[in-house]
Amino acid sequence: MRVITVGARACLVEVGGAVEAASLAAWLRTSGPDHGLAPDEVVPAATTVLLDGVDPAAVQAVLAHWAGGPASGAGPLVRVPVTYDGPDLEAVAGHWGCSAGEVVDLHTSVELVAVFSGFAPGFSYLSGLPRTVPRLATPRARVAPGSVALADTWCGIYPTASPGGWQLIGSTDVVLWDATRDPPALLPPGTRVRFEAVG
Amino acid sequence: MSIEVLDPGPLATLQDRGRRGWAHLGVPRAGALDRGAAALALRLVGGAPDDAVVETTLGGIVLRTHRAVTLAVTGAPCRVGVGRRAVAHGAPVTVPAGAVVTVGPATEGVRSYVALAGGLDVDPVLGSRSTDTLAWVGPPRLAAGQLLAVGRPGPLPEPPAAVVVRRRERVLRLRPGPRVDWLAGAAWAGLDGAEYAVAPDSDRVGLRLTGPRIARREGELPSEGIVLGAVQLPPSGEPVVFLADHPTTGGYPVVAIVDDDDLDLCAQLRPGERVVLRVV
Repeated sequence: MRVITVGARACLVEVGGAVEAASLAAWLRTSGPDHGLAPDEVVPAATTVLLDGVDPAAVQAVLAHWAGGPASGAGPLVRVPVTYDGPDLEAVAGHWGCSAGEVVDLHTSVELVAVFSGFAPGFSYLSGLPRTVPRLATPRARVAPGSVALADTWCGIYPTASPGGWQLIGSTDVVLWDATRDPPALLPPGTRVRFEAVG
Repeated sequence: MSIEVLDPGPLATLQDRGRRGWAHLGVPRAGALDRGAAALALRLVGGAPDDAVVETTLGGIVLRTHRAVTLAVTGAPCRVGVGRRAVAHGAPVTVPAGAVVTVGPATEGVRSYVALAGGLDVDPVLGSRSTDTLAWVGPPRLAAGQLLAVGRPGPLPEPPAAVVVRRRERVLRLRPGPRVDWLAGAAWAGLDGAEYAVAPDSDRVGLRLTGPRIARREGELPSEGIVLGAVQLPPSGEPVVFLADHPTTGGYPVVAIVDDDDLDLCAQLRPGERVVLRVV
């Protein structure tokens, strides 16, 4: 782990990957205060955790207490019903050299983990896809809310209508973001996700 | 209900000190962009530090009071009128019920702040009354015909000594960012004294600068968390200073961090104005 100073009051902790980052972030939230570390924000990402509102010099000593690895007792499981009617389903099948039905079989057979959020409130980067797909060469100007999408090794669900360059394989009715709910995000970092084909 | 928005101007929002603790779910901090001006406005009307203020953008705002209220306008200089009468900018003014308060277009700078004694009684969203214009979390932007409840004012503070508004030098002081090693060779030293113009698409998300293109390493960086004041360098080589409504994560290298004391200036730089970078 490398700690990189970010200005006077923040630092980035570099780790091996997104799952490790989510795990470290979860540990820092729960155990950080025991070690005198109470950041304003703990933001896991693809290979880093940002700690905002800390003395960067104090972080290294606290990290020495982290046992590492994925958090024991993984997060809650959320099942997401999907209608596999996305406009890019055939294209994804083409990239994988299989049929559209086999794309659905693969997507519904793996357990994914929400590792970090970004892009928009409620948008979670889901890790664990065993194959990759490229982003669209030209992003769409508007992607409908509830679109289930793939890019690189990531899966995600668009919480609101927005531009987007991910490949759309299906759609769902789940509400990903509700500011009056606790927590407001359906899939906060650490959540396990299983997709189920409906209709 | 005690104050009505007659004309919100190009963009008027409610802002307080922002929301904390939600970045990991993709929610920016938001909050008043010129924090010093917002805090001064609240102090002038005896407000609490966490009260909300109205933030205007270039074009001002027109309000009508439904009861007598004390208010103060700070930030970007502008004509402040009650009916046809001009009143002071940067001082508390007590306005009778039924008066039309005009906060005119900014004569310099961008954002003016209107604080009301008693505070704006608007429900917080995730702990803040700030509007975030990236994700539109928080109260919606102010609209014509909207009624805003004003709380019961406490005693007004002693009149402050004359408010001194110092003209800020248009200089942004930079410290090395976490990915300063993405800069080519002498590029960091070359930033010292570099002059940029403020791009017209600058907003509450970021201050976009146009000018000398900064050479950097090719390639992409995995998404990582971003702080207020982060200077991100997209492939164009023209820097973006992330402000209060910045995204949670980004994929371009953050090569510098703007000194916290210079962020209020970022709120008031107009498109086309020039700003000098200073390496510290």
